[in-house]
Amino acid sequence: MRIWLPPALFAALLFGLSVGMPVLEPLFQWLQPDKQRVVYERESFLFLLQNHLLLVAVSAAVGTFVAVAGGIFATRPSGRDFLPLVSQVASIGQTFPPVAVLALAVPVLGFGEAPILVALILYGLLPILRNTLAGLEGIDPTVREAARGMGMSSGQVLFRAELPLAGRVILAGIRTSVTINIATAAIGSTIGARTLGDPVIAGLVNGNTAYVLQGAILIGLLALTTDSLFEALERTWDRRFSPQVATMSL
Amino acid sequence: MIELKHVTRRFGNTVAVDNINLTIETGEVCVLVGSSGCGKSTTLRMINRLLPHSAGEILVDGEDVTAMNPEQLRLNMGYVIQGTGLFPHWTVARNIAMVPHLLKWPKERIDARVEELMTLLDLDPASHASKYPQQLSGGQAQRVGVARALAADPNILLMDEPFGALDAITRDNLQMEMLRIQKQVRKTTVFVTHDIDEALKLATRIAVMDQGRIIQHDTPENILRHPASDFVENLVGKQDRGLKLMSLRPVRDLMQPHAEPKHSEAGEGGVNEEDSLRQALSVMLWKDLPEVVVFNARGLETGVITRASIIQEGV
Repeated sequence: MRIWLPPALFAALLFGLSVGMPVLEPLFQWLQPDKQRVVYERESFLFLLQNHLLLVAVSAAVGTFVAVAGGIFATRPSGRDFLPLVSQVASIGQTFPPVAVLALAVPVLGFGEAPILVALILYGLLPILRNTLAGLEGIDPTVREAARGMGMSSGQVLFRAELPLAGRVILAGIRTSVTINIATAAIGSTIGARTLGDPVIAGLVNGNTAYVLQGAILIGLLALTTDSLFEALERTWDRRFSPQVATMSL
Repeated sequence: MIELKHVTRRFGNTVAVDNINLTIETGEVCVLVGSSGCGKSTTLRMINRLLPHSAGEILVDGEDVTAMNPEQLRLNMGYVIQGTGLFPHWTVARNIAMVPHLLKWPKERIDARVEELMTLLDLDPASHASKYPQQLSGGQAQRVGVARALAADPNILLMDEPFGALDAITRDNLQMEMLRIQKQVRKTTVFVTHDIDEALKLATRIAVMDQGRIIQHDTPENILRHPASDFVENLVGKQDRGLKLMSLRPVRDLMQPHAEPKHSEAGEGGVNEEDSLRQALSVMLWKDLPEVVVFNARGLETGVITRASIIQEGV
């Protein structure tokens, strides 16, 4: 149970600050004595947090599904020919800056949530794809050989051996992807999506450091919450599917 | 019974297995032996259809394997490979239960079978059942591999260099185990190895392969006495054929039995009825004795064996 404590604490802090940011007004006033308004009020932080989370969650769900399916396809006998291509795309995609994806998506999809969603999905599925390939390719080939030789069907080999064995690495890929996307989603504010990036952009435009700080603190807390959530998930996974790691480290 | 009729396997332009004919009788241990790349593993993997054959027919108990569902076919054949291929995320017990589980046996039957097999393979169920493969030694892991292959009591056992990665002592132990288990369960076994001594020890018949063809298919004794070609002669070792023949025969064959087994202390020089003539001779040479006493499995003295009789009749 103790492993769920850090994510719970971070989440409580995040929620608390989203609702009660005005409580800190004196602090921000002290930081920025020359400004009349020091707490961002154009939109409630809770609404921005909710929208930000929704964008990340939808893109992570779609990205995970597409990436895992793609990774499985590229490692099947029928899709083997695509493996070099898929793994190259997964690697090269990582060098592509998310801002560039946005710049390319806006002319096609217009302003608002749609282009940032596309950018997040495309950008987020690459680490998952790379880890799915690494996880599946990293399985001891004798395990697959024995599983088939003992009479398991390809579906049984996939669900009983390959996915449980590769799952830990895939989960790590999802963790990386979600953490990156929490930061990337904030850029969506530049093209009209409502995210926790709004106060940051507004602060930069108006020269109001307090706004920038408020946005940045919440984005940072959100990243910490999800990251510690994944940490807890990975530990739980270890206990369920690779208990040998747990017993050996005792 | 397994029959291979004019079976050929090509990889692109290379012919890995070239028109072979081989019949493996029910209950016998057929060892395919040859250097690496001779097509022995390919032959084995065609029997359970992990590889399709390019031409010819493979019949299992008279039925063409290509007419069967490959999963059903494999569920009825035990398969043991060099690297064991145990599932690292499953316990020993669950690994052994793999095929019974796929066949949807009831839980009590699976549990009983797992315990029976662990005992058969000399693994203590109480201390090993809940361990994971990484916590086992190489020899123990391969015992689990063999137990897993035997789990659903298949008629056929396919073994692809199962003891190849083990150290000499462990390999020797497992070979002895295999002979003991084979006496009890009588599986039709196809065993692939590159080690001619292993082949001589385990086989009822040996098929020597070279460049995709079967050069000779015969009993270990005939392979040693009448090698079909220079290749076979070199494989079995021209010079130490005499000793190898001796290692095929047990002491029981040439000993002079007592009228009645008697109690006596097992001295250092004593040999067992099941030991080979080669071992008995070695003991006598080392101890410089003209004869040694022979004990049976229960430790009773049943006779003596003389150095002269081995020299005269051993080969």
